[in-house]
Amino acid sequence: MVSRVTDDYERMALAGCEAVCEPAFWAGFDRSSAAGFYDYFGQLTEHEPKRAARFGLKHFCWLCINPKEAEDVKLAEEVIALIPKFLNRPNVLGIGEIGLNKNSRNELKVLEMHVDLAAWHNQLILVHTPHLEDKLKGTRLILDVIKNDRRVRPEHVIIDHVEEHTVGLVLDAGHWAGMTLYPETKCSPARAIDILETCGAERVWLNSACDWGVSDPLAVPKTALEMKKRGHPAAAIDKVIFQNPKKFLGQCTKFKLSTH
Amino acid sequence: MTRQQALDLYFLDARHKLIEVAAFLDRVERAAGKDDFRLAAFRAALGELNGRRKEKARRVLLAFSDPTKDPVADAAGKGAVGAWPGRNG
Repeated sequence: MVSRVTDDYERMALAGCEAVCEPAFWAGFDRSSAAGFYDYFGQLTEHEPKRAARFGLKHFCWLCINPKEAEDVKLAEEVIALIPKFLNRPNVLGIGEIGLNKNSRNELKVLEMHVDLAAWHNQLILVHTPHLEDKLKGTRLILDVIKNDRRVRPEHVIIDHVEEHTVGLVLDAGHWAGMTLYPETKCSPARAIDILETCGAERVWLNSACDWGVSDPLAVPKTALEMKKRGHPAAAIDKVIFQNPKKFLGQCTKFKLSTH
Repeated sequence: MTRQQALDLYFLDARHKLIEVAAFLDRVERAAGKDDFRLAAFRAALGELNGRRKEKARRVLLAFSDPTKDPVADAAGKGAVGAWPGRNG
């Protein structure tokens, strides 16, 4: 996890995590050239797996130019042209996290380019939905883009950061829905479990945000504990926090864990 | 979980958050100046908490959301602000 110190890897390993799946995301600033992305993809596919392995964790990643940097379509084209060079690396799961940020025309164009790339190379897709007031509109636009590409199998797509007003749209479209857990904003553990209890646990998973802002790499284990407090049986907890991600990610033949 | 169990687990935390919301409104109303679209959206969202209609969290999120369907011409900035400027108070 390029944005986290090794203490976080250690804590995750101690909490029982087996793997980290890291999407290509915004660095907190706009990278100035495609060369910056080339180095970043090298970091995700060479350096981070070694760092995670020191703590017994497998590291997987996704590749893209993230939505926050997608307003520059020319840069996006250059970056997307680089991605095929990395797709055969052993820890690359697919294309992500693509999506929208402010729901602009350029962002939409870049999203379509990524979906085309993923379809062409038969890759899994991880999608970021916008934050706060932009999420509903962005989710609808994203679902339309994916639906319009008939080569994409719905079950090969996970739409992340769903909340109460978007989860139904995503599941009805046949995709997987990811709930991203943050300590201060967006989805809390309690709300994530509420969503599970109302929508069911099929094609749903939880993930911990581990980015540059205030986030907790142990949010998923803590949510598992919260599920236990509510009386969910161990098998139901295991389904959501382990079996479901394993099922989705196992659609990529490179996703293999050490002990399972 | 029974209703009693849900209350036992979450009442004190929810009570704390409700007082924080009330204190936030007091703070804003004490301060000089006009409301903006965020406060208008906040008050509309609060209205979704009344009564016994289901899916309150979903309706609160919708009260803050941009309901339009067409992409915008340009991305104005990177971040979201929490409420849609186009909604009238």
